[in-house]
Amino acid sequence: MASAPDQTGAAALWGLAAEFSDPAAVSHAAEAVRDAGYTRWDVLAPFPIHGIDKAMGLKPSRVSFFVGFGAFLGLTSAILMQGWMGGIDYKIIVGGKPLLAWEQSMPIMFELSILFGGIAAILGMFLTNGLPMWYHPVLKTPALSRASDDKFFVVIESADPKFDRAGVEAMLRGAGALNVEEVER
Amino acid sequence: MTVFQPDREFALGRARPRTPDAHDPSTVDGTLIDDPGVRAPLVLGNRDFRSVTATICGWIEDKTPKWWFPAFFIAANVAGLGTVMILYLIITGVGVWGLQIPVAWSWDITNFVWWVGIGHAGTLISAILCLFKQKWRTSINRFAEAMTIFAVICAGTFPGIHVGRVWMAWMLFPIPNYNWIWPNFRSPLLWDVFAVGTYFTISLLFWYMGMIPDLATMRDRATARIDEKVTFGPLWAPHPLPGFIKRLTITLPANRIAAYFYGILAMGWRMSSRHWWNYEKAYILLAGMSTPLVLSVHSVVSFDFAVSILPGWHTTIFPPYFVAGAIFSGFAMVLTLLIPARALYPGMKDFVTARTIENMCKIITVTGSMVGFAYMMEFFIAWYGANPNEKEAFLIRAFGPYWWAYWIMVTCNVVSPQVFWFKWARTSIPFIFLISIVVNIGMWFERYVILTTLSHDFLTSSWGYFSPTWVDIFTFVGSLGIFTTLFLLFMRFLPMLAISEVKNVMPQADPHHPMYHGHGHGNGHQNGGH
Repeated sequence: MASAPDQTGAAALWGLAAEFSDPAAVSHAAEAVRDAGYTRWDVLAPFPIHGIDKAMGLKPSRVSFFVGFGAFLGLTSAILMQGWMGGIDYKIIVGGKPLLAWEQSMPIMFELSILFGGIAAILGMFLTNGLPMWYHPVLKTPALSRASDDKFFVVIESADPKFDRAGVEAMLRGAGALNVEEVER
Repeated sequence: MTVFQPDREFALGRARPRTPDAHDPSTVDGTLIDDPGVRAPLVLGNRDFRSVTATICGWIEDKTPKWWFPAFFIAANVAGLGTVMILYLIITGVGVWGLQIPVAWSWDITNFVWWVGIGHAGTLISAILCLFKQKWRTSINRFAEAMTIFAVICAGTFPGIHVGRVWMAWMLFPIPNYNWIWPNFRSPLLWDVFAVGTYFTISLLFWYMGMIPDLATMRDRATARIDEKVTFGPLWAPHPLPGFIKRLTITLPANRIAAYFYGILAMGWRMSSRHWWNYEKAYILLAGMSTPLVLSVHSVVSFDFAVSILPGWHTTIFPPYFVAGAIFSGFAMVLTLLIPARALYPGMKDFVTARTIENMCKIITVTGSMVGFAYMMEFFIAWYGANPNEKEAFLIRAFGPYWWAYWIMVTCNVVSPQVFWFKWARTSIPFIFLISIVVNIGMWFERYVILTTLSHDFLTSSWGYFSPTWVDIFTFVGSLGIFTTLFLLFMRFLPMLAISEVKNVMPQADPHHPMYHGHGHGNGHQNGGH
C-alpha cells in the first residue's frame, strides 16, 4: 500500500459524522454543506425529511425510468405471450370466442404491466441505492446507529475532493453540530 | 462514543410519568375533535422519536406476552387441522366436499372470494390512503398489509385445491409442456390466476419494502446487545412450576440471531437521505400502481361469475359491487385484529387513536351502504330488465331454499353498519369489535349467496341443494387457523407499526414546523447567511 505510513491516520479515516438533534437543524446544515460544494456526503435520518432533497441538492430519482421500463416490458410480454400462445401456437376455439382480440387480452395485459412495473420499482430502488450492501463504514460505527432511532447526522467522506479534516469539522460545528465523530473505514 | 442501549422501561411507559393530556372528555382520547379547523394529533402521549422506536421495537424485544403462547397453540392446531383436511381431500378426491352438480362451486370458492376480499383493505390503506395523504394510515398500514398477505395466502389455497387433481395445478400457468398445449387466455379463470398472482407479489413487495427501514432499526438495536445471551424458560407451563420443568431452560445467542436475521433482511439500509429519496419515489410509484391493481383484482374475481351466461351472475354491477364488498369486509377484519392488539400491547393506543378507529368505522358504513345499494340495484335491474329467468333467479335468492342465507347477509351487511351513524357506536370499542365480526360473517354469506344461484339450474329436474360436509367446515375453520398463526408470528417477530412512517407524521418531524423557527433562523444568521 502506498499509504502505509498513514495506516493509523488518514487512510483509516473514512469520513466525519456530525450529530444534529432535529430535522430542522440537519436541513440547515445540509444546505451549508451543499453550498460549500461537497459532493461525497450524506444525511442520515430515521425518516425521509421533508424537503431534504432541495437542502442536499439531489437530482430527481431515476427509479421512475425503471418502473416505466418494467411496465412496458410487462405489457409487451403480455401481448406477445397471449398472441403467440392463444393466437398462433395453440389455435383452439373455446366458447366461440375469437382466438385473439384486445378485449379478452386486456386483464392480463394490465396485470403483467403492474407486476413487472412493481418488481422494477423495488429493483430500481435497490439498484439506484447500491443495495444490498451489508458492510459499510456507517454501519460499523455504533454512534451512528442512533440514526435509525432519533438522531440526525451529516456524514462527509474523506474521499471528497474538498475534504480536509480540520476545515470540515469547523464547518460542521459552525452549522450547529452537537458532536463530530470520526468514521473509520 | 455512545453505545445505544434499548430501554425497555421507557418502552412500557414506566420510566417517565406520562403527562396527562388535558383534553375534553367528549373527544375520548383527545383525537375525536369535531371542529374541522383543528387538526387532531396522530401520536399521543407526548412522545419523542426515541420513545416511538422503543415502544414499537419493545413489543418484539420484550418477553413474549403471556397470552401469546396459548393463542399460538390454539391457532397452530387449528391450522394443522386445516392442513389435515387438505391432505385428506388430496388423497381422497373432491367428493369429500359437499359440492355436486348442479352446485359445483361452493364453500371452496366462497372462501376464496371472501379471503381475497379481506385482503383488499390492506392495499387500500397502504396505497389509496397514501395517495390521498391520509396520515392516520401510518399507524395501521403495516398491520393491514400483513393481513392482506396472509389473507391472500389463504385465498390462493382454495382454488389450488378445488381443481381436484392438485398435481395438475401447474397447468394454470403458461409453462411449456410435452402436451403442446397452452392455457386458455380467453377464460376469466385464467385472468384470475394472473390477477391474484400479481396482487400477492405486489402486496408482498410493498410490505417488504415498507419494512426495510424498520428492519434496519431492529438490526441496530439487536447489534447493540449482540453478545447478550438469552435464557428461555419453559414456554407456557402452569404456575407455580414444578421443579423439573423449571430447570428445562435453554440459553441461545438470541440477539446475535436477531441481528443477522434483521440485518440480512434490511439489505444494509443505513438511513441515508440519498437512499430515502429513491425509496420514497419507489414507494409512491408502488402506491400508484397498487391503486388500480386493488380495484382490478376483485373486478377480475367478479368476472369469474359475471362473464358466465347464468341468470343472477351475468350482471355488469358485479365488479364495483365486489370491490366495495371487499373493502367493506377487509376493514372489518382489520378492526377485528386491531382492537385486541390495541388492548394487549402497551402503548399501542397512543398510535392507533380513537380517531383512527372512528375513521375505519366510517369507511365501513360507506362501503356497507354501497353494498346495500348494489343489492337493491340487482333486484331493480332484474325487474326492469324484464327477463323472466333473471327475475326468477333473484326471487329464488331472497325467498327460495337459501332465504336464510340471503337475509343473514342483508342483516349483517346492510343493517348492521348503519349503527355507525351514531357517535356512541363509533366510540364504543367492544361494540365496534362486535360489528366487525358481524360484518365478516355477512360478507362470507354474500359470497355464499351468490354461489347458491347454481342450485337453481335451468331445468327443474336438475335443481339441487348444497349441504356442506364436515370436511368443508373444517377446511374453512382451518384456513382461519392458518391466517391467525401467520398473524401471530408477524406480531411476535416483525415491527407491527411502520416506525419510520409514524415518526414522519409527528409534528417535530417537519423541519418547517413553527417550533423550529427561532432555532433554524438563528443558525442561518450565525453562518453569516449563504
